Amino acid sequence: MSSPERWTQPQPAGTPAATAARPTSEQVIAGLRATSEGGPELVQLLTPEGERVHHPEFDVDFSDEELRGLYRDMVLVRRADREANALQRQGQLGLWVPLLGQEAAQIGAGRALRPEDMAFPGYREHGVAWCRGISPKDIMGMWRGTDHGSWDPVERRFHLYTIVIGNQCLNATGYAMGQRFEGKVGDDNGEATMVFFGDGATSQGDVHEAFVWASVYDAPLVFFCQNNQWAISEPTERQTRLPLYQRARGYGFPGIRVDGNDVLASLAVSRWALEECRHGNGPVLIEAFTYRMDAHTTSDDATRYRHSDELEAWKLKDPIERVRVHLSRNGIADHDWFDAVQAEADELAAELREHVYNLPDPPTERMFDHVYAEANPVLAAQRDEFLSYMSTFAGGEH
Amino acid sequence: MATPTIDRPTSTESATQTITIIKGLNMALRACMERDPKVIVMGEDVGKLGGVFRVTDGLQKDFGEQRVLDTPLAESGIVGTAIGLAMRGFRPVCEIQFDGFIFPAFDQIVSQLAKLHARSQGKIKLPIVIRVPFGGGIGAVEHHSESPESYFAHTAGLRVVACSNPVDAYWMLQQAIESDDPVLFFEPKRRYHEKGQLDPTAQPLPLYSSRVLRQGTTATIATYGPMVRTCMDAATAGAEDGVDLEVIDLRSLSPLDLDPVFESVRRTGRLVVVSEAPGEASISSEIAAKVQQECFYSLEAPVLRVTGFDTPYPASKLEEEYLPDLDRVLDAVDRSLAW
Ligand SMILES: Cc1ncc(C[n+]2csc(CCOP(=O)(O)OP(=O)(O)O)c2C)c(N)n1
Ligand SMILES: [Mg+2]
Repeated sequence: MSSPERWTQPQPAGTPAATAARPTSEQVIAGLRATSEGGPELVQLLTPEGERVHHPEFDVDFSDEELRGLYRDMVLVRRADREANALQRQGQLGLWVPLLGQEAAQIGAGRALRPEDMAFPGYREHGVAWCRGISPKDIMGMWRGTDHGSWDPVERRFHLYTIVIGNQCLNATGYAMGQRFEGKVGDDNGEATMVFFGDGATSQGDVHEAFVWASVYDAPLVFFCQNNQWAISEPTERQTRLPLYQRARGYGFPGIRVDGNDVLASLAVSRWALEECRHGNGPVLIEAFTYRMDAHTTSDDATRYRHSDELEAWKLKDPIERVRVHLSRNGIADHDWFDAVQAEADELAAELREHVYNLPDPPTERMFDHVYAEANPVLAAQRDEFLSYMSTFAGGEH
Repeated sequence: MATPTIDRPTSTESATQTITIIKGLNMALRACMERDPKVIVMGEDVGKLGGVFRVTDGLQKDFGEQRVLDTPLAESGIVGTAIGLAMRGFRPVCEIQFDGFIFPAFDQIVSQLAKLHARSQGKIKLPIVIRVPFGGGIGAVEHHSESPESYFAHTAGLRVVACSNPVDAYWMLQQAIESDDPVLFFEPKRRYHEKGQLDPTAQPLPLYSSRVLRQGTTATIATYGPMVRTCMDAATAGAEDGVDLEVIDLRSLSPLDLDPVFESVRRTGRLVVVSEAPGEASISSEIAAKVQQECFYSLEAPVLRVTGFDTPYPASKLEEEYLPDLDRVLDAVDRSLAW
């Protein structure tokens, strides 16, 4: 579908004016802003009504098994997400960052990755984590406050969550440059990297620098931007006048907007983008047009800044419901199967809850561990002094 | 020490009222915006939401979108554009959402904000305030509990202050906005909801001055920001055991106003410096160095420090151990007394 040249040519005639992304205040008030279909360039393979549609450039077939698998993934990650949200409400977690509404974007992208590919998440990528074999349990420590991420990012090829907005985009670029420098790019067996960030993040200098670096070093990197329409209380218009995917052109690589609530489109476009990268045609920007259906985090009150009409409109585009309709209408799954998936989800949630209840607090010395790779006598002395001080409280309230 | 003369801010209110730190900051912003149309507020989520801590609540509604800017998500952008706005005569008050997110702006702060007055031989004044909720103790995830003030105190050209209570929050923020120098304004987020009695007709202390909060004879404690409450509690607990602590709220971290500390140490002979920030190469080291220089013959014991450890801020289940508490403060006092 692409050759790099296609994206380094001047803008074709007829492209909408830059201000086209700006809604009128009437549109915003009517809750129409975010529910516009995402524009004519939006890649969609499954409509909100569950209808399979065909796209000239992404004419992909999915087996029944694949379709059921994607549905199951989404149901399970949503169930884990809701359980974690409830656990926070009950005081078991300090904070939770919901993924509700972004299941299709994340499962599509995550299932497009191969085991040897690398992924760099932000902090909301619980669905991608799932696809990398990181169980929801492994994520809980960070939000309960027992660790900063418990998995081995090197072995799992899934970096730790990054909270500082945009930082991970440069780290991912460097990793992808390394894949290229090591000759792992150029054929069907090539490696690629995918980095996840939000619409708000696109304003950060780090993200723009990553676009520049990835492009001049032909890095095999897919920039996967989940435009969930909000950066806490700020709508996407606070960050851009242009549809975000169109930014890629300015840096000389392809940008494409996909229906982020359509798991088939997200998977197909992500696979294509990763293929491009494996073959040395990276980088690629994907803008997954989706919606944050819950508050920003459990600390946030979204009613202060957005209309409930908007949420109601997006509920009609629910990423899971459309697959469910498609599966049942086409006889790909029956009642029993749906019930079995639901039972599996409930079991996952119960296990998650049990796990969180039993997560041990870390030992005091943990905070001094691994600060440096090599011995540091100053820190060692600090640690010993503090541990001996703490031992004077043994049996006491400490 | 000499402090720049700042007009005493006026207040539109007159009756004494109970306020929190958040309320004090909000009132201060409102008062400054009413007095001076060039005062603008800028930051992430400060407009419609009123800030994640609601410090700017209601300001955009009352002053409009051109005076309360919900900015793009870019801290270097917030400070960098504030510099340009200040060159054009505005007095921007920037909000950095959490301590750990000031670093994307570090370059603009140390390379431009701190240096332009000197480089332009005083022709460019940058009356910019950067508000930073700082410190831990709120059970937050990474990057939301840090104490980065020493980086800025280490940088010539910046003024650095930290309020510890609602009344200071109210006065100090107004004084900072009226200062012609850039001010890093640190707010103790875990004390945000603590209450105090504001008498708007009272005379505030100058901005760059410390304050003796409690007089005592046994030893001196110098501290600032969120640790002020901890040290006052330690003094109350110590008093039950006959330990009479003098507690000084430093308030200004650059310049430091150490005269009251010197004067106190000459009487008590003992000093414990307390901060959440790690101790290595920090404001607390600076205080120890200066006090040893000025009060050498009065000291009965070396200056001791109780600080956060020189580690990354730990996962929140360990923050109680990481943060100096009442016991660690009193333990240091005991060690000083036993010297
Ligand atoms: C450098 C930095 N500044 C501010 C924040 C506080 N913050 C956390 S999430 C967020 C909004 C992010 O929006 P977006 O990039 O759209 O991602 P989303 O949360 O919508 O997934 C902000 C401002 C941060 N984490 N890092
Ligand atoms: Mg967003």
